Amino acid sequence: MKRISIVIALCLWITAQARASDGMEEYFYSSGKIRVVIGVLSVVLVGLFIFLFWIDRRLSKLEKRNKA
Amino acid sequence: MPAALKIASVVLLLYSCIASIWHPLVPGGLEVSIDKLHPGNNEFAFTGYNTHFENQKENLRIFVSSDSNYYCTEIIRIENNSKAWVRVTMPDTLPNEALSFYANNNEDGTIYIPAPVVAEGFVFAADTKQGACEVVIKTNEHTHFGFPFQTNIFESIRNLMWHVPMWFTMFALMISSFIFSLRVLAADRKKIAMKDYYIWDMKAGLLASVGIVFCALGLVTGSFWARFTWDAWWTRDPQLNGALAVFLVYIAYLILRRSVDDEDKRARLSAVFNIFAFVLMVILLMILPKFITSLHPGKKGSPAFSSYDLDSSLRTVFYPAVLGFILLGYWFYSLLFRLKKIETSNETH
Repeated sequence: MKRISIVIALCLWITAQARASDGMEEYFYSSGKIRVVIGVLSVVLVGLFIFLFWIDRRLSKLEKRNKA
Repeated sequence: MPAALKIASVVLLLYSCIASIWHPLVPGGLEVSIDKLHPGNNEFAFTGYNTHFENQKENLRIFVSSDSNYYCTEIIRIENNSKAWVRVTMPDTLPNEALSFYANNNEDGTIYIPAPVVAEGFVFAADTKQGACEVVIKTNEHTHFGFPFQTNIFESIRNLMWHVPMWFTMFALMISSFIFSLRVLAADRKKIAMKDYYIWDMKAGLLASVGIVFCALGLVTGSFWARFTWDAWWTRDPQLNGALAVFLVYIAYLILRRSVDDEDKRARLSAVFNIFAFVLMVILLMILPKFITSLHPGKKGSPAFSSYDLDSSLRTVFYPAVLGFILLGYWFYSLLFRLKKIETSNETH
């Protein structure tokens, strides 16, 4: 339940950003759109790290169970 | 997974990370400061991107063209390396109404703006030579290494190295998953060890789950890039919707695997579903986009591989990035596989 609410909150935040976001727009359109690359690179890194954390958690569970 | 492959993955990704940011864009033309051109004197500013107007003061030539006629301009003032104010005296008669603007110097070569400028008050005659001048050009080509300059995309062309490899990696993983599913279905279960059989099934599932991670990353990065290129997070584009459909189908595959408790049944059911999902992916992401016009590039030839979209400077970074991400995907998969093997052996004990 907690996880779902986080996802919903994130979606709401993104749509809010998409609507009223003059600041963000200006930020990403400036300097020849180089900042879009920063955004995309961050998305890739965050995604891979989330995946890594997920694997890590599974491993921790396994270790705990093997100890018990 | 052999250590050499892990190191290769790290080195390749490090290289593409650095190189994708390191190389500049080749010079290009951004805009002219007028939207109408009329006979007689016109003054306007020519703005370039990554150009060297000031460094090449003596060699800078800016000219207007209509059909095969060129009209030379007189440079009034060079503001900086990317902006120059010029004056052009236009004749009364032009070959046609399409006007383009060029700048040439020895460092940048010839750059070009297909400007949406209206030719106002001219008489049009196809073979007129009135007022045209001879343009002497020393170098036509930009000689330094750089990524292509494209209007509207600009620097974000570097995203090619981060967005597209996601899909390539997903493809590589899904193909491997598909092969294991085929082996599960094709296996003669009287002859092979049941252990092998379940391991193939497990591999197919794990490969698909890593593939989905890359698919999700491809969708999110694509959406983000689209926001600042097409001004929308999502467009009703067949390729985009197809990619989303593939994502959902593979999610369904993973849910199906979780919902069947009986190992034997799960292996066969999910293998059949996986084959269906793979075929759907090939159709939606590789075949269908070739027949449909869409905003998304990569329509001629195989997706994202046409010579038009991907020039040689991009390839030097793009291919290492693809290989690096595929190895990284395989690395993730091998971690998951080792984990899963311990999990299942614990369950049976």
